[in-house]
Amino acid sequence: MTATGVITAEEAVSHVKTGDTVMVGGFGLVGAPLTLIDALADHSDATDLTVVSNNIGEPGKGLGKLLRQGRIRRGISSFFTSNPEAVAAVTAGEIEGTLLPQGTFAEAIRAGGAGIAGFFTPVGAGTLLAEGKEERLIAGVPHILEQPIRADVALVYAARADELGNLWYRHTARNFNPLMATAAMITIAEAGEVVPVGELEPESIATPHLYVDYLVLSA
Amino acid sequence: MSADPKAVIAARAAQELRPGEVVNLGIGIPNLIPGHLGADTEIYLHTENGLLGVGPRPGEEELDPDLVDAAKRPITALPGASYFDSASSFAMIRGGHVDVAVLGALQVGERGDIANWAIPGKDVLGVGGAMDLVVGARRVLVTMTSTTPAGDAKLVRECTFPLTARGAVDVVVTEQAVFRIREGALVLTELLGEATVEDVSRVTEARFTIELED
Repeated sequence: MTATGVITAEEAVSHVKTGDTVMVGGFGLVGAPLTLIDALADHSDATDLTVVSNNIGEPGKGLGKLLRQGRIRRGISSFFTSNPEAVAAVTAGEIEGTLLPQGTFAEAIRAGGAGIAGFFTPVGAGTLLAEGKEERLIAGVPHILEQPIRADVALVYAARADELGNLWYRHTARNFNPLMATAAMITIAEAGEVVPVGELEPESIATPHLYVDYLVLSA
Repeated sequence: MSADPKAVIAARAAQELRPGEVVNLGIGIPNLIPGHLGADTEIYLHTENGLLGVGPRPGEEELDPDLVDAAKRPITALPGASYFDSASSFAMIRGGHVDVAVLGALQVGERGDIANWAIPGKDVLGVGGAMDLVVGARRVLVTMTSTTPAGDAKLVRECTFPLTARGAVDVVVTEQAVFRIREGALVLTELLGEATVEDVSRVTEARFTIELED
């Protein structure tokens, strides 16, 4: 779809429902949609969430807030370790934790957004992270089958957006955001700045507006 | 040994990098390598969170919250740098476009297996890009001290810690020696500083042959 103007963060997160799978962009807190996460923590009752994010925030920050509220049922990440409270929650069985190699995590989201039903990768073959996955020898090299990841809602951050929802990312704050924008039923983009249509150089738009449903301005 | 073992390892590992190579440096000892590169060894640093062309650490006035490395520490970007998303970044790695990954390890097995992401009995919840890097980089260079602080050998016959990948390691640099994995077997190719073969044997559980190079 295409964003039709800027809405409030509170209104945007009303699209997250109990039981949803929610993708959240960012590498740690860099490039994380913190205004949207705060709104989800403060203005939404949605619970029993499956969170797809490289990290589960930091203690009490970003997704760490939702974790403290007990609203995360499952995390799919490459690095829970950056939030010791997330590690403790998984270890205690309070939440389910699914760990993926970071490149597999990224590719699974890309595949989810691109209509790819799965892919074989050599990464993780023969390790703990291959457990329960189909293994196949391809050209003499062990590969494992990884599933695509999709979500009900993606929350992404971009430094700049135009009013249609075209997104421009800055430096290493790009990370998982453009991938997640493609892989959800509803994509909500938080932008540091919203500019009139035509002001973003077309060649510099990393996420075309057809992926973005709602646009929110950073607090 | 009087010299700082980590500095010895970083200095020797730096010599393994060739001008023009694209290199991904892990945290710890690998991050000391830039300080040991000669002025004529121009390499291109890749960080898996989405930048090719990592520059030096920024001064206070250059700090930019949108510009970090894979350890989430502030960096700068050099002229000619490019930014990309995480799927592209790992396509570079998995696709064999990154020449060298330099990283630490908890254990390296005598056939080139590596364990560097989890300790038995502790949580296994943080893998990051370790598996992708050791499988995908064209050369995998391990920088590690020869023993744990408790004195256990880190070059072992068979890794007992959870594996990162099998048969992925090409070179191991310790404070005493350089080892290469050749045709699936460990070869001692160089002694560092005052180290002798006996010194190395004492702290190495893995079986190795010796082919010392000049």
